[in-house]
Amino acid sequence: MSSETALAAGQRTRGLAPFLRSQMRNIAPFLTLIFLSAFFAFASPSFATLDNLGNILTQVSVTGIIAVGLTFVILCAEIDLSIASIANVTGIAVAYFTLQESYVNIANIPLPGAVAILLSILLCALLGLVNALGLTVIGIPSFIMTLAMMQIAAGISALLVRGQIAYKVPSLVTTLGSGSIGGIPWIVIVAAIMLLAGHLVLTYTRFGRYVYMVGGNREAAEYSGLNVKLILGSVMVISAVCSGIGGMLGVAHFGSAQQNEFDTYLLDSIAAVVVGGTSLFGGRGGIGNTIVGLFVLGVLNNGLDHVNIDSFLKILIRGLILLAALVINVYAQRLREKAAD
Amino acid sequence: MSEGRPPILELQGITKSFGGVEALRGVDFALHPGEIHGLVGENGAGKSTLMKIIAGVHTEFSGRFLIGGVETHFRSARDAHTAGIAMVHQELSVAPDLTVAENVFLGNQPTNALGFVQWRRMAREAGEQLARFGIDVDPMSRLGDLPIGLQQLIEIARVLFSGARIIILDEPTSALSPPEVERLFATLRRLREDGTAIVFISHFIEDILLVSDTVTVFRNGRKVAETASAATSKGALIEAMIGRGGEALEHSYTDDLMLPRPSDSQVVLKVDQLSLSRSLKDVSFEARAGEVLGIYGFMGCGQQELSRILFGKLKPDTGTLFVDGTPKTFASTAAARRAGVALVPESRRDMLFHQEPVYKNISISILDRISALLLKPAQERDIAKRQVEQLQIRPPVVGLDLGMLSGGNQQKVALAKWLTYPPKLLVLCEPTRGMDVGAKNDVINIVRDLRTKGLAIIVLSTEPETVLSLADRILVLKRGALVREFRNEPVSKDRLLEAA
Repeated sequence: MSSETALAAGQRTRGLAPFLRSQMRNIAPFLTLIFLSAFFAFASPSFATLDNLGNILTQVSVTGIIAVGLTFVILCAEIDLSIASIANVTGIAVAYFTLQESYVNIANIPLPGAVAILLSILLCALLGLVNALGLTVIGIPSFIMTLAMMQIAAGISALLVRGQIAYKVPSLVTTLGSGSIGGIPWIVIVAAIMLLAGHLVLTYTRFGRYVYMVGGNREAAEYSGLNVKLILGSVMVISAVCSGIGGMLGVAHFGSAQQNEFDTYLLDSIAAVVVGGTSLFGGRGGIGNTIVGLFVLGVLNNGLDHVNIDSFLKILIRGLILLAALVINVYAQRLREKAAD
Repeated sequence: MSEGRPPILELQGITKSFGGVEALRGVDFALHPGEIHGLVGENGAGKSTLMKIIAGVHTEFSGRFLIGGVETHFRSARDAHTAGIAMVHQELSVAPDLTVAENVFLGNQPTNALGFVQWRRMAREAGEQLARFGIDVDPMSRLGDLPIGLQQLIEIARVLFSGARIIILDEPTSALSPPEVERLFATLRRLREDGTAIVFISHFIEDILLVSDTVTVFRNGRKVAETASAATSKGALIEAMIGRGGEALEHSYTDDLMLPRPSDSQVVLKVDQLSLSRSLKDVSFEARAGEVLGIYGFMGCGQQELSRILFGKLKPDTGTLFVDGTPKTFASTAAARRAGVALVPESRRDMLFHQEPVYKNISISILDRISALLLKPAQERDIAKRQVEQLQIRPPVVGLDLGMLSGGNQQKVALAKWLTYPPKLLVLCEPTRGMDVGAKNDVINIVRDLRTKGLAIIVLSTEPETVLSLADRILVLKRGALVREFRNEPVSKDRLLEAA
């Protein structure tokens, strides 16, 4: 015991600089968030208000729900490019199974709300399972496998709506997507619950530990007798189901279900996870990072609307911030490896 | 035959050290045109270091280096290449995604006046060269699609036909089949007629005696003997390699060691007729509870593949595994673990999580025993603390990142992860490689302790000392086949080397 405290003291005396260096992936996103918030609060009086905070929370909710599953995938050093497409097709499916107004010209199959929701969840889980099988059984790299799934899900969406727009979804979905309770939008509450659940699973369950270990050193995980393929397959399914839930609520939130509705969410979700500091090489980061990343993105998108800026320049600025985050992400990994040597 | 002619390469008083450790001490070495010069010695005796100096890989050393009587100092491998020196390294260095022809001409593809590669000419010439070597493959096929042995032959062929005056071959035959070895030797002899000087390093002493004119023996960084191949024998060379008497401080296993009577305890593992493409041929053996089975063989003899099959990481082409009498086909390493098999691979990097604390490294393979859904970090730490105490892992802090431990202590962690709930069968690859004497003894004691607890243990190693210090029974694996079993009889380092 005495040697433990002595050693802990030894680690402390190694100084603040090495500690900061090893924590850079957590600190940098947080500083970015503070800097951006301060900047926009200074630049626009309408930014730093309670109302606007509510706006930001609502704006990042769908991205947040999708990003929960994506965090699992990126922690395993894989990627899922089909999240936005799966969100879209699940949102469309739930509308497809709901009775639409007579002017909506879709050959849909109206079912009771609970059944519609269940079928839609099954659909996204199934698509995730296809991703999982392609990745683990056939051995297609996730980048390519999910690229194909992106097209497949988009194709199913197209076949279901055939260029039309559907508006009705089951009432539960409507409530959760666009209702609010005590002034707080349900969608924010759902996003918060899912982020919390993701955090608890990653931090306190055996499965969560396995996710980190597989991401940290896949070879070692296999030599430790873990079923690496099962874990990789599971995170692909989790990612697809989170995307599906995000898609259903998103459809209710936007008030319509149509083709290509979620296209921007692919980049936004990946950006949120990576900007937050979760390592693209796997094994480092978590939901806490993703939440910071979501806020960085949310503040940036919202703040740029509050200041007087060329709306076309907005896109470029977002790209540059993402690039900076990637540089920090890769750099932080290298610093950590150096600290470990 | 080479006497009288001036040497093409001459080294005088070469000394080379790595971080204070002398790898070569005052070595003289001469190579004549039209000579095949065999080099033998144990791992770490200095053969490869000397060759890497000749090939310009190591550029810092002391001593004189003469080529054709002119003192030379290479600054890079490129200089050596320009001087007509080519080397085939022990590890394959081919580009698997390029074609056979591109690999043969790697770095000097024939081009036309505009600098475009002349594919047809390249394919034709590569085909001709390989045909002279007895290799019949389509020069435009992808190299990585060919078997490993053939890839190695093609790499050798590339060097042999590069026009170099001095050719160094480091362990070229380990992955080759007997007819391929024959073809290689025929080609070497032809090159010798043309006046090429060849250095041939091998663990296979029969090969050395068969093909070389002169043999030089290395031990502990010194040249201890140089003799005409015709005037020596395998036994004499082995004796020169390992030395006799009180030279080494440690137990050097040069004297006979009596293996105990084989135990008749329960058979834990039965391996029946295991084969894997070019790596393993009809391997059958049994491992018993409370017994350490040593499997010895040279690098590339199929040990690594065998260990991976036992742990479900590789699937054999044919053959069956029986654990406790039940036939098993492991679909994954997880299945092997559940069946009670554990593996510690030779590379700690493959086995451990360097950025995670020690206790997570230890608990990872038993998490499903201590937690159904939720983790129990306190219990994990307790278990880890017990292992750290028992195995005397230093520093004894389970919260420390694994990367901060020394190599020997990391190796103990790799063992510790399997010991809380001991497996039925423990497979150890090179359990003491690269460890200092103290750590080595610790590991040996741990393994002996596990044996008395009734585990079946298999130790695979390319170092005779490792096998001799641990095993109750020893199998010798040679080019993928079991060639000898030592049981209830005297065994020593030279007997092992003799058999392999």
